[in-house]
Amino acid sequence: MTRKLKEILIRRIFFLFACVSILILGLIVTFLFREGIPIFRVVSVKEFLLGSEWYPTFDPPAFGIWPLIVGSFIVTSFSTLIAVPLGVLSAVYISEIAPRPVKEIAKPVIELLAGLPSVVLGFFGMVVLAPWLQDTFDLPTGLNIVNASLMLALMAIPTISSIAEDALYAVPREFKEASYALGATKSETILKVIVPSALSGISTAVILGMARAIGETMVVLMVAGGAAAIPESLFDSVRPMPASIAAEMGEAPFRSDHYHALFATGIVLFLLTLAFNLIADYVSHKFRETGSGTL
Amino acid sequence: MALQTSMRWRYFKEGVFFGLVRLSAFLLTAALGGLLLYIFVNGLGVLSWDFLTLPPTDSMTKGGIMPAILGTLYLTTGAILVALPLGIVSAVYLTEYAKQGPLVRVIRVGVNCLAGVPSIVFGLFGLGLFVVFLQFGSCILSGALTLGILILPTIIGASEEALKAVPQTFREASLALGVSKWQTIVRIVLPNALPGILTGSILGIGRAAGETAPVMFTAAAFYTAKLPSSIFDEVMALPFHIYVLATAGTHIEATRPIQFGTILVLVGLVLGVDLIAIVIRSTMRKRKRW
Repeated sequence: MTRKLKEILIRRIFFLFACVSILILGLIVTFLFREGIPIFRVVSVKEFLLGSEWYPTFDPPAFGIWPLIVGSFIVTSFSTLIAVPLGVLSAVYISEIAPRPVKEIAKPVIELLAGLPSVVLGFFGMVVLAPWLQDTFDLPTGLNIVNASLMLALMAIPTISSIAEDALYAVPREFKEASYALGATKSETILKVIVPSALSGISTAVILGMARAIGETMVVLMVAGGAAAIPESLFDSVRPMPASIAAEMGEAPFRSDHYHALFATGIVLFLLTLAFNLIADYVSHKFRETGSGTL
Repeated sequence: MALQTSMRWRYFKEGVFFGLVRLSAFLLTAALGGLLLYIFVNGLGVLSWDFLTLPPTDSMTKGGIMPAILGTLYLTTGAILVALPLGIVSAVYLTEYAKQGPLVRVIRVGVNCLAGVPSIVFGLFGLGLFVVFLQFGSCILSGALTLGILILPTIIGASEEALKAVPQTFREASLALGVSKWQTIVRIVLPNALPGILTGSILGIGRAAGETAPVMFTAAAFYTAKLPSSIFDEVMALPFHIYVLATAGTHIEATRPIQFGTILVLVGLVLGVDLIAIVIRSTMRKRKRW
């Protein structure tokens, strides 16, 4: 009897611990809203989201984060355009084409590079890429959308490549063999059989890569240039949301409107990445690869 | 004839496609390899015993980075102490106890969502909860708790993988001998899953050591004259040190060598730690008895 009781007790305790993740998500929401909501006594939600002027330290201040949202979306879109082809193609290379020794080295190396601290990429963009862009294209500053997108892409590629490679690897061998047996070439097999079968995993990789890019702070803080205006060209500076929060939080007086506005920006960022992750989760469950058994 | 040209066309397409694939793999290797090489070449000349063991002097333009190394060590250790127990117990519940159903699904989605929360949002959360609400102030404790929560999903994920990899027959054999479920977990499942869990935790350490945004508002100081004496003191941290030297202050060019040296130390630390994890995992896979 005591043994049974102990088992039940342990089970209950473990259950409580497992709920900690949910609890933390709840706490994140609670505290973001607790510190962020007061700004909406000063501006309406619509003005805050769509207002095109972000002058938090002016008198009177303007709290419109539309330029920051646009900045985030532009650098994320461009980095995705660069990172997805490179990431997926290099995953195809590792999984399908590379000779065995290369494969065995490349896989852990990519995983290793996914762990590269983002401040390092930001630094590289600032010290190497920015002066080069400035000289080559004769720009007023090398800290701009192009630079930020390239550095974000470099950061997202290992993530995309690593998850996409897992998805490609998981495609059953029979699929490949059946395709070869029908006389398809290797590239036809890859493009028409393997990649489509792994599509849900590849989509998950892309969405997670984008989520990582939109939430990334240090790269955009250091190389996006920091201009809170709607950009007119790719060589303009922008101020994505994470950069704005990180750069200004230190100077915003405690519990001032500015402070609350930065937390509210954090809410927007949190909800955006949450949406990305829920979509990724949905895609990976809804369109899960069918195994060879269901063929 | 028609067949021949069509075959030739197909092989031509094959060549183009393979060329593209090889090119992208090469570009990627060149970009990331070049970046690492650049850091290594520029940083190596700065490294010395003094650089690693002395505090900064002359308003940060000379001296070493010892307080930042120590600070990163404190924060990372604290983070792992928070995340490891929570993560392992969560993973044990999810794999060993939970019946598949809506509740477990909700917990899983929650873990995934937590993994995707941007690091700056963790920073805001840490500021709102630990620094402001619980009044810890900006200190090691706040920073370590924030980082611990940040790496929790990594640890849960890795531990789950490791637990799932333990063959079901091991559990059945133990239960068949009349051993209780709890004892089976402690004596049979966990020891066999340990290498995997270890790998995950080490990867978590690497992640925590490299993060800048979460510690900006919760723990990191631009400069502290003395080393921290309790968990309620502010600390310097390697990533924050790099950011501050590279962007703020009046000596950006003068401190460039120090920046390169700090970057090399940080990259060496993070990649070194990750490498250990990967080596452990691959040797364990080879030695697996089942």
